[in-house]
Amino acid sequence: MSLTLEQVRRVAHLARIEVSDAEAESTLGHLNGIFALIEAMQAVDTRGVEPMAHAQDLAQRLRADCVTESLGLPALARRAGFQDVAPETEAGLYLVPRVIE
Amino acid sequence: MISRSVSALVQALAEREISSVELTQLYLDRIARHNLALNAFVTVDPEKSLAQAKRADERRAAGQATPLTGIPLAQKDIFCTQGWLTTCGSKMLGNFVSPYDATVIEHFNATGAVILGKTNMDEFAMGSSNETSHFGAVKNPWDTARVPGGSSGGSAAAVAALLAPAATGTDTGGSIRQPASMCNLTGLKPTYGVVSRYGMIAYASSLDQGGPIARSAEDCALLLNTMAGFDERDSTSLERSREDYSRELSARTPEKPLAGLKIGLPGEFFGEGCAPEVMQLVAEAIVEYRKLGAETVDISLPNMKLSVPAYYVIAPAEASSNLSRFDGVRYGYRAPEYDDLDDMYARSRAQGFGAEVKRRILIGTYVLSHGYYDAYYLQAQRIRRLIANDFIAAFKQCDVIMGPTSPSTAFRIGEKASDPVQMYLSDIYTIAVNLAGLPGLSLPCGFASGLPAGLQLIGDYFSEARLLNVAHRYQQVTDWHQQYPAGFD
Repeated sequence: MSLTLEQVRRVAHLARIEVSDAEAESTLGHLNGIFALIEAMQAVDTRGVEPMAHAQDLAQRLRADCVTESLGLPALARRAGFQDVAPETEAGLYLVPRVIE
Repeated sequence: MISRSVSALVQALAEREISSVELTQLYLDRIARHNLALNAFVTVDPEKSLAQAKRADERRAAGQATPLTGIPLAQKDIFCTQGWLTTCGSKMLGNFVSPYDATVIEHFNATGAVILGKTNMDEFAMGSSNETSHFGAVKNPWDTARVPGGSSGGSAAAVAALLAPAATGTDTGGSIRQPASMCNLTGLKPTYGVVSRYGMIAYASSLDQGGPIARSAEDCALLLNTMAGFDERDSTSLERSREDYSRELSARTPEKPLAGLKIGLPGEFFGEGCAPEVMQLVAEAIVEYRKLGAETVDISLPNMKLSVPAYYVIAPAEASSNLSRFDGVRYGYRAPEYDDLDDMYARSRAQGFGAEVKRRILIGTYVLSHGYYDAYYLQAQRIRRLIANDFIAAFKQCDVIMGPTSPSTAFRIGEKASDPVQMYLSDIYTIAVNLAGLPGLSLPCGFASGLPAGLQLIGDYFSEARLLNVAHRYQQVTDWHQQYPAGFD
């Protein structure tokens, strides 16, 4: 199989990555090379083989739904600690462009 | 002092031959002198390192030292380290000062080890040459025109050039073993779930595993003793009791220390595709193993050739999901200009990620998208099962599998950078181990035209102590691992 330029643009949109026309062209070439490698899988008969999602077939461990990341600080200082690394915050909230008029 | 092993440094500190502050300063001086040529470290912070070293010395004076107290170590920049820049080799995290510690870092801090700096790596651990780092390629100390391997290339180059006694790495498809092989080091990828992934920035969560890179198996065991252990905060961490990974190493050495050991040699590892000079060195190492008392048995891993295709579906699929968190909202890079929220995401991610990371996100998004999921993602997971079953069958015939770590010695910087497929194929012998979740180790086995080659050992689940012992016995009778590159005095 071989991807089309339109498919590359569509996937880039799904992944929320802006691509220029020139980038889409060069990406198309690389992706087609990679998919040619991946295609080797299609010749294998895997009927009846259980898909393996994980290295150990274990059930996912659950935990209580409570705050565990304390940073050793009280709540407000902790929030500030985590928000220090955010591009833009105000009053403990993350700022993003307006989405509802 | 600087060419001593971690275990020798442990002794030197214990006997007060040197203090941690002095030892740390010694390495910091070496980093200052040689890092420009190697680009192995992306962040050093002498003030922080020396403060840690001072506390380690105080702790020792108070009689509360543990083996690694005061030992300076290089940390791969994938491990979140509180108060330190943690970039993961990406512009996306170029300004990210981590507010918390990864469990691995927490363990090292608790034992009193010193962070010497954060090491360069392929961006988000996606690469086999350390050329995808936003902070530039790392140079191989054995030949600075060549790559150190990747993705833990900075860690490997730092230890090889004696800028650190040992380092941490992570291995999703070979990222500890392949750079260890190319830099004449010993590196261990533990069984999946042995080392906590908490705070280790995720690439492909079902494959990622942290481990040590050092100059000997003995040193790897010392580091793993601190790194491993159950962690509630990693949902795939395995609930196992702690073990001493050095336990088999101290036994007296009889003439045939590996008598009874069955080494499996898979035909698939010894066919075409591997450089003849590497094959020759691996064959010589196996002769040495026979002298140590081991027997060899021919085995087969028939689905081995499918590991690269299956990996390049599974790993990108998981990566596309993991890396969706980088959206310019809560941390990391945000584009300076944008029209609306969607545009902010798309531009921040376009500008913050490098080409290889974008490629893998696009592959992953594609194989998970409607209409392609069964043909690619499910098929890859089924093949993953076939590959794991091959290993299960093989370990009924042998105790440990051996072969080359990498099909070639270190290649030239730029040689494979423009051809992703060629780059991917350089991990052909290591990837299957991650898919199966097994432990794998690379150790030095000689030189071809002045460049180191690695022997790979693969063990059954939870056989780290045995793998380390099998490597250690070879290192007791050979001195490949004690060779150092010239030019870093």
